[in-house]
Amino acid sequence: MNLRRLWSIVVKELRQLRRDRLTFAMIVGIPTMQLLLFGYAINLDVRHLDAAVLDQARTAQSRELVVTVAQSGVLDFRHAPRTPQELAALLRAGAISAALVIPPDFERRLAEGDRPPLQLVVDGSDQVVQQAARQLAALPLAALRYPAQPAPAGNVEIVNFYNPERRAPVNTVPGLIGVILTMTMVLFTAMAIVRERERGNLEFLIATPVSPAELTLGKVLPFVGIGLIQVSVVLLLGVAIFRVPIRGSLLDVYLASLVFIVASLALGVFLSTLARTQFQAMQMAFFTFLPQILLSGFMFPYAGMPRPAQWLAEIFPMTHFVRLIRGILLRAATLAELWPELAALGAFGAVLLGVSILRTRKRLD
Amino acid sequence: MPSESAPAIVARGLSRRFGAVRAVDSVDLTVARAQVYGFLGPNGSGKSTTIRMLCGLLLPSGGAIEVLGYKIPQQAEPLKRRIGYMTQKFSLYDDLSVRENLEFVAAVHELPPAHARRRVEALLARHRLAELHAQLAGTLSGGEKQRLALAAAVLHEPELLLLDEPTSAVDPQSRREFWDALFALVDAGTTILVSTHYMDEAERCHRLAILDHGRLVADGAPRELAEALPGVVLLIDCDNPRRAQETLANERGVEATAQIGASLRVLAAADAATRARIDAALQRAGIAARIAPTRPNLEDVFVAATRRRPRAEAPPP
Repeated sequence: MNLRRLWSIVVKELRQLRRDRLTFAMIVGIPTMQLLLFGYAINLDVRHLDAAVLDQARTAQSRELVVTVAQSGVLDFRHAPRTPQELAALLRAGAISAALVIPPDFERRLAEGDRPPLQLVVDGSDQVVQQAARQLAALPLAALRYPAQPAPAGNVEIVNFYNPERRAPVNTVPGLIGVILTMTMVLFTAMAIVRERERGNLEFLIATPVSPAELTLGKVLPFVGIGLIQVSVVLLLGVAIFRVPIRGSLLDVYLASLVFIVASLALGVFLSTLARTQFQAMQMAFFTFLPQILLSGFMFPYAGMPRPAQWLAEIFPMTHFVRLIRGILLRAATLAELWPELAALGAFGAVLLGVSILRTRKRLD
Repeated sequence: MPSESAPAIVARGLSRRFGAVRAVDSVDLTVARAQVYGFLGPNGSGKSTTIRMLCGLLLPSGGAIEVLGYKIPQQAEPLKRRIGYMTQKFSLYDDLSVRENLEFVAAVHELPPAHARRRVEALLARHRLAELHAQLAGTLSGGEKQRLALAAAVLHEPELLLLDEPTSAVDPQSRREFWDALFALVDAGTTILVSTHYMDEAERCHRLAILDHGRLVADGAPRELAEALPGVVLLIDCDNPRRAQETLANERGVEATAQIGASLRVLAAADAATRARIDAALQRAGIAARIAPTRPNLEDVFVAATRRRPRAEAPPP
């Protein structure tokens, strides 16, 4: 390993990168765009669902109930069908995603309390709507009874420790750092090395004294810096726009990101030793990208996954990073407390980088 | 380390198969130092594959190679410090400037910074790249790219230069300049192995190997090869060279015919019977022709050498 040669490859990469406007724009553009998209669009707090109310009771109490439900803001009553058939038609056509059905004997059911006094019909083809319905099911109907009774206390009190306002960006933005780094780091390196082969530069390079380790590391190092810039962009915007807290140490955030960046770059380098063309490299990058996003716990809870999916998730660097970054940013955890995750990331990076260097031969066959 | 007078390249029984295809088939080569050794052959004759095996980029399927005293492919890494390789396709970075490319190559070869600076300046001046130094390599013309590629290949002052069809995308004027530069390097003691499919370039080499379908079919100085040509070259002057060509095409003993302006150049067996058959065939066809033997040139050598193989494969009944 010759440091001057390694450095010359790094400088060469940076010079090429500076002239590649598209890649250069992607370095800052992708994190910004994704952050705004995910931050604003992904919101599991569902509000203002289009809804209908079928009031078969038509009493003062039933009208009061409709007003109470409407005030919660979850449902917007836009239709008032007269028959259950009309209601079903609206639901099928997608005009509404939920409907409140008040039976003719609503007041008697309310008074006797033996049968559910209300029915909430929901569009089960949409998972999010189902969740919203669950919120409504907790509505304190007892308050509507005459004479008014105190609402019964729940059996379990939920104390939300790290996100009391239940704001979605607080949960999504930290994981988003992982998504953005996975996307850009794997793709950039996978393509950068294959590009060298595709354009014929590699045939010239392997006829010089350059070593596979110098070549691989020289390609990877500039992207480490770029990855850290991206982390900073997401953190800055996350704090400024979405008021995402940084409760742990900033140094820990960057250290965890650094190890994750190296792991992602190692994956990219590894893919580049398999791919023949830039297009293949891109396909492979996406092939690894989707399962990482889906299984890492960023989108769907890890605890709810079947065992084999969990084993698979344990291999992916993003799974460990999502745990690390949520821990540090939201729970003020330290790296010392989260060391198994960091060790897993480090091992992933070291193994793939080592395999890639071994697979890089200074030959054309 | 072997003595300086030992050949730069010695290869024996060099072979390379790609699947069922024998790209290079038992080639024996000896390249002496400080001369230009040419590889002449049509596309797909194994020129590039041979050069790549000589610098250790491809593993031979069989045979032994020694380059500058190093056993290849085992000792390919130390060899790479002492050779310059110019690929067939431009392989420097299109998105780096002329100077940045040279600086990169200098650093890769571990030239000390001060020496590297002097060397880059000298090469920019010698190869008329000084005014283009800030231009991106991708925007250079074919001739300029070729000058840059040569400058990069000789930057670390290699003892042996391997050039794979260096002039294929270059105009005649640039080709002349390029060859002048090659001879200047040879004067300074560099050994050059160059592949080409141009006859005029082949003619300039000190020594020449003709490759055909992966086999070495001729090896020697261009003039020796022409003098040793088995057969004669006849120049047939007549009113209708095209018809004469059609008439003689299938005549036994006629190896090849080519129209040159108003005459027909015929490569034929040297015996009297063949000559008589040619005269008779032209007479039968009613073509009045003046037939005179002429000095064989390299193209005749090439045609004769590359013709031999198909005949050997399908002997006449």
